[in-house]
Amino acid sequence: MTRHQKEIIIKNVFFVFSLISIFILGLIVVFLFREGIPLFREVSLRDFIFGMEWYPTYSPPSYGIWPLIVGSLIVTIFSSLIAVPLGVLSAVYISEIAPPAMKEVLKAIIELLAGLPSVVLGFFGMVIIAPWLQETFDLPTGLNIVNASVILAIMAVPTISSISEDALYAVPNEFKEASYALGATKFETIARIIIPAALSGISTAIILGMARAIGETMVVLMVAGGAAAIPESIFDSVRPMPASIAAEMGEAPFRSGHYHALFATGIVLFLMTLAFNLIADYISQKFKEVGSATL
Amino acid sequence: MENDHFDTEIIKTKNVNFYYGAFKALTDITMNFEKRNVTALIGPSGCGKSTLLRLLNRMNDLIAGARVEGEVLFEGMNIYDPEVDPVEVRRRIGMVFQKPNPFPKSIFNNITYGPRLTGTANKSDLEALAEQSLKQAVLWDEVKDILGRSAMTLSGGQQQRLCIARALAMKPDILLMDEPTSALDPISTAKIEELIDELKKTYTIIIVTHNMQQAARISDKTGFFYIGKLIEYNATEKIFTNPDVKQTEDYITGRFG
Ligand SMILES: Nc1ncnc2c1ncn2[C@@H]1O[C@H](COP(=O)(O)OP(=O)(O)OP(=O)(O)O)[C@@H](O)[C@H]1O
Ligand SMILES: [Mg+2]
Repeated sequence: MTRHQKEIIIKNVFFVFSLISIFILGLIVVFLFREGIPLFREVSLRDFIFGMEWYPTYSPPSYGIWPLIVGSLIVTIFSSLIAVPLGVLSAVYISEIAPPAMKEVLKAIIELLAGLPSVVLGFFGMVIIAPWLQETFDLPTGLNIVNASVILAIMAVPTISSISEDALYAVPNEFKEASYALGATKFETIARIIIPAALSGISTAIILGMARAIGETMVVLMVAGGAAAIPESIFDSVRPMPASIAAEMGEAPFRSGHYHALFATGIVLFLMTLAFNLIADYISQKFKEVGSATL
Repeated sequence: MENDHFDTEIIKTKNVNFYYGAFKALTDITMNFEKRNVTALIGPSGCGKSTLLRLLNRMNDLIAGARVEGEVLFEGMNIYDPEVDPVEVRRRIGMVFQKPNPFPKSIFNNITYGPRLTGTANKSDLEALAEQSLKQAVLWDEVKDILGRSAMTLSGGQQQRLCIARALAMKPDILLMDEPTSALDPISTAKIEELIDELKKTYTIIIVTHNMQQAARISDKTGFFYIGKLIEYNATEKIFTNPDVKQTEDYITGRFG
């Protein structure tokens, strides 16, 4: 066999495997839409998305998922408020500031965090954070937006931190040297050269971290409280979309309105995470900085 | 050739040894660089030219495990004194690297990066400074209409002149150049050599080069290094016509190295 033939074979093997995964992904999407779309024979798209009442088991049922969408967005936003500074700053610290031993320790901790099963984090939220919140703030329940946001933030930090760290490492050393040679301090170099040069990667990291939070199911199922209503305070319970799907799918009769509504909710969730990923892609393409000097 | 008149003296090393960890890269370097002169550092690859250059503005501080012994006196003050702030040293001793390394920012922001750090914030001051530095680096005519464009879109030779302008915008006393033309075509090289000739009226220039003709053309004094030692330091003309040391002659005539 010539080398050329070998290369063709290898190329085709890769091609077939990628086709298979694309095909499977396609099947899942088709299935999602096939099971979700029939809902719209019963309710309009508008009433579904913006409807304020999620009473899928009443008669007549009401399939408005606006409270679920709001629940998802709110825990995602609040968890980002916690996770973005933590994740980005820890990445900066690890890649630029920490002494080597500290670097190793921190990286190990973050990897450990990334490896924690979400159900374990959910337990932590239920058993430690919830009672604490309940007592400290004198609440009816500690399973609420704050609790879910904290736990989701813990889950998003490793994603944000490790992707940001890669982006920071990728900043060419020449830029740093040029900055130091012009009399910049370490912090000026970090703030004015390194972070701007890594910004597209950092943005991608943030968006992927948020996508992770919005799609996360187990945590919100366990600690968000489950109330399908528009929250009025950060201590209110919410019912993010994934929690609703996971909690109700077992009880929804096959191909009932409720069943279709849950799939339709899945479509919304899918489109949202897809949007997050597309934005991340777009940013990393558009702002890809021309590496080092070209000659 | 020792010259101890204060007005010709600007920076000198005294019995300097330099280590990368356990590896001794420079041995007992004592060298006096004269003001408003061009000094060339030559020698085979790995002999320690860049190490010496980077030692003069404390750029080697950035390398973990690097260590200096001896003194580097800049206007009479040892820059390795614990009280000295390396940032302050680097503001007064600028550096141009072998590979052009503009920031991925606009041409204007590249030039004004240093001055802004030192607190120049006024827009018209910055514009005047940018124009002046770009003119000094003979780049103004080529870029005056595209100051907002990314520096990455310039050619290699233009990028290198931009880096020189960026260093000049700090109004340094000394300009260190590490093989500034090694990545450039002959035309850009000629431009930068002319530029160096012009700059030496105002600045003290220390330049590392592998190009013997270049050293001969542009420098007043030349130091020849071999495996971390300063073998000969003399007027350029002498080095290239009648060196004191046989090794220097062998290197210059291409018999080794
Ligand atoms: N960061 C470093 N860590 C360890 N050793 C180094 C480092 N930089 C340089 N050296 C070593 O120090 C010696 C001198 O290196 P230096 O870069 O000063 O040489 P040079 O004369 O500039 O060579 P060239 O002409 O190839 O640029 C070499 O043996 C090199 O391997
Ligand atoms: Mg070198």
